Amino acid sequence: MNAEATLPQTTPAAAMVRTLGLISAICGLIIVAAYQGTYDAVQENKRIAVERAVFKVIPAAKSIAEYVATAAGEVEKLGAGGTVPAGAVKFYAGYDAAGKLAGIAAEGGAKGYADTVRILFAWDPEKAAVTGFGVVSSRETPGIGDKILVDKDFLANFPLEARLAADGQALAHQIRAVKHGSKANPWEVDAIAGATITSRAVGKAINDTAQALLPRIAPHLDKLKEKS
Amino acid sequence: MSQTTVRTWDEFMEGVWRQNPVFVMVLGLCPALAVTVSAVNALSMGLATTFVLTCSCVLVSLLRKLIPKEVRIATYIVIIATFVTVVDYLIQAVSLALYDALGAFIQLIVVNCIILGRAEAHASKNPPFKAMVNALGMSLGFTIGLFALGAVREILGAGKLFGVALFGANFQPWVVMVLPPGGFFVLGMWLLVFAAVARRKQRKLAEVAQNA
Repeated sequence: MNAEATLPQTTPAAAMVRTLGLISAICGLIIVAAYQGTYDAVQENKRIAVERAVFKVIPAAKSIAEYVATAAGEVEKLGAGGTVPAGAVKFYAGYDAAGKLAGIAAEGGAKGYADTVRILFAWDPEKAAVTGFGVVSSRETPGIGDKILVDKDFLANFPLEARLAADGQALAHQIRAVKHGSKANPWEVDAIAGATITSRAVGKAINDTAQALLPRIAPHLDKLKEKS
Repeated sequence: MSQTTVRTWDEFMEGVWRQNPVFVMVLGLCPALAVTVSAVNALSMGLATTFVLTCSCVLVSLLRKLIPKEVRIATYIVIIATFVTVVDYLIQAVSLALYDALGAFIQLIVVNCIILGRAEAHASKNPPFKAMVNALGMSLGFTIGLFALGAVREILGAGKLFGVALFGANFQPWVVMVLPPGGFFVLGMWLLVFAAVARRKQRKLAEVAQNA
């Protein structure tokens, strides 16, 4: 008996390559077809989701425009394809029915109790205040951390002062959450008792984004005033 | 019923009842516990898995004579991953809210052992129609399992079913039921129910055998 006969029968490599190639080609075709077929619906869904979120935090808004504030301090319309340049902060300008600026919305995120809490908040340039916020994603405990959206005392924090310092380089006062009942200034966030960590995350998320974004857009507010 | 319809029906019921993936084989628990916080999520996950399982089993079955045994697992994974990608796009096109609710678990259908198991144990040895019937039965069994978990968790944990409030305003939701531990509690209760039913059936059969 020779050695070859004892080996189990193997498939030649060429046949394996051929089959794998064929199957990969079939699978590639299926994926491309699915991508092309759903592309328009997916983009439309994403646009509606963003619009809805912005309309919720800027109730007076009837239409939105997407902008980026670049690291160089310029404010530009977000280009086609939606890619945000490195170091730039994306924000939305909401316009009312007459085409006047109703508010500016931007996203922020900070570590909460379970995971990063991502929020979208609205800033009113006339009042120099954060007027409200909505949750983009959160894994906070139901019934505890998710009270940030319904707790009356917490919602009474808004409008929350977010005014630039005289030099225009940062906020005049850092926005941060304080222990429940100890809020003394209009820029402090009165935390929810029992949900302090989530409240703190909301304060930090607003502060981080506002510190980065507001100094950049303040010199360009006139450009944003009217819908272009 | 003719002989063939009986056999097809048997093939179908195999996954729905006798080998129910969730309650009998206790497979695919990762999605079964993670996404079943509401009835809608559970049903959508079930439908997504149904699509992937059925399509990949049919394709595997069609190509079964072409696939060399040395690379069969790699081939199955490529085929399954393809249909998972398709279902991922489809869900995004239908509803982004649903897509966010199901999160990473849509992509994780790739590693759902029920699907790879069916492809290896059944579809690779049977003609397309039989593979499809078996896959549909398994998927229905899986969907029923997810729905049984999701519905109970939503009723107890939120006082709702399909988002409709069932109880008055005084209902205090049993929040732990929509948190991760709740998944284990509810699964445990369902397993108890199924074990009790199975035992009773066995006892009945034993009695019949004695009397005969």
